[in-house]
Amino acid sequence: MNRRLLWALPPVALLALFFLYPLALVVQQSFQPDSGGTSLTPYSDVFASEAFRNALWTTVWLAVASTIGCLVLGFLLSLVIAFVPFPGAKAVARFIDVFLSFPSFLITLALLFIYGSVGMANGAWTDLTGASSGPFQFLTTPWGVLLAEVTYFTPFVMRPLLAAFSQLDTAQLEAAGSLGARAPRIVRQVILPEALPALAAGGSLVLVLCLNEFGIVLFTGAKGVTTLPMLVYSKAILESDYPGACVVAVVNVLISVGLYGLYRVVSRRAGA
Amino acid sequence: MLVHSRGAKWAVWAVFLLLFVPLFALPLLVVLGASFATHWSSVLPSGLTTANYRAATRGEALQALTTSLLTAAGASLLALAVGTWAALAGAALKQRYRRVVDALFVLPVAVPSVVVGLSVLVAFSKPPMLLNGTRWIVILAHTVLVTAFAHQSVSAAVTRLDPAYEQAAASLGARPSTVLWRVRLPLLLPSLTAAAGLCFALSMGELSATMMLYPPDWTPLPVLIYAATDRGALFTGSAVAVVLMAATLLVLFALSRVRTRASYR
Repeated sequence: MNRRLLWALPPVALLALFFLYPLALVVQQSFQPDSGGTSLTPYSDVFASEAFRNALWTTVWLAVASTIGCLVLGFLLSLVIAFVPFPGAKAVARFIDVFLSFPSFLITLALLFIYGSVGMANGAWTDLTGASSGPFQFLTTPWGVLLAEVTYFTPFVMRPLLAAFSQLDTAQLEAAGSLGARAPRIVRQVILPEALPALAAGGSLVLVLCLNEFGIVLFTGAKGVTTLPMLVYSKAILESDYPGACVVAVVNVLISVGLYGLYRVVSRRAGA
Repeated sequence: MLVHSRGAKWAVWAVFLLLFVPLFALPLLVVLGASFATHWSSVLPSGLTTANYRAATRGEALQALTTSLLTAAGASLLALAVGTWAALAGAALKQRYRRVVDALFVLPVAVPSVVVGLSVLVAFSKPPMLLNGTRWIVILAHTVLVTAFAHQSVSAAVTRLDPAYEQAAASLGARPSTVLWRVRLPLLLPSLTAAAGLCFALSMGELSATMMLYPPDWTPLPVLIYAATDRGALFTGSAVAVVLMAATLLVLFALSRVRTRASYR
């Protein structure tokens, strides 16, 4: 037993040195204002600032809304791929895997060309109507971030869902259908219960990833959309306010790790 | 199966296409299209050119490509070694200890990568471990970020291993090290290459921690893409982004070839 513990020690020690110890230093620095000493001043300063409260609220509602959007969209698309298959459905499923290996900011970059101030959609509008500017001006608002996050994170929901659907015995669907159940009822009473663990797993992963998303917000480049990770970056790199950045980081870590821990406990209870 | 009438099927497929094409296919096509263009103020891009690619494959862009490839390769190999070690050593532990190891190694997934960047910056900016300003701080942060994913996928594969093989080898007198190198690791090879591909792709596209840490002489591709779009050079940025996607896909494809050859054994 002791020898086995000894073998587990080197990787844990490396993790402690390069991940846990730096994280502990962040917590330590969040209690050390630039004026010296140890106090709660950085916390009271940050909590009192309007920018932090706005960022906290924006982060949470964007993450929750994106997760809901991903769950609904991912469920619908996976249903079609798995149960109303069409020629090329396999290729679409493989495309989803490829999509996962690209960085998130590519989506925002693409949206700039599609809905940007001189992009595809607005260009088509001004060409058709002769107006001087198009109607799509939402990219630099939270809605642009929401659209990008739903697009990028939906495949994270679809992958576990498609895996779960592939294990579902289609005889159950045929039986329900031959007993007179219509498609909506089959989805509600046969498929949805089977999909719940996969939905819970995908949904909570997406929620945490959305809370931590940085690339999409950075590329949006909007002054009006600041999330907690963005605030950490701007405080640390642009303002060199390390105690403030550490406070925001601690808050962000507490929210994300708390939610992730909750998800792991719940999913273990559910036996997923 | 779920929908039987022909009309309903076509309706479902139409809705699928209406959702899928604009949301998922269009963004990648648009980036590809923009990388060959100089203007985009109408439905289609205009001013077709390959100049963006000439800019994206020389000078600082070429240097950023090698930087990204080296960083991703280094971080993936390190993460794979540490993650596999932790997964194998953790699997041999009692349930109680195993849970602790699993929880520790999954933690970097939940911690925001910006915060990982900040913490590495705070910890390694002063002696005795002064790494700030060198390329090693970027590689270190990437390794920390992808180790969790390597550990997760390898430890899932370890629990699926059939113990009969190693028991047979051990009963025939093989020493634990022989069992590890000749039986367990070869059996794990497919999932190891899959994990390596995942780590590599994640590291290639990593932006959040990198933005906090990169020194001027070690600029990975995502940072360069951000710098280009930030100063308004959207079309050059797109070409660099296409180079990034192509490089990632090429490496993933090569790794998947390794996997198919290994699974024949």
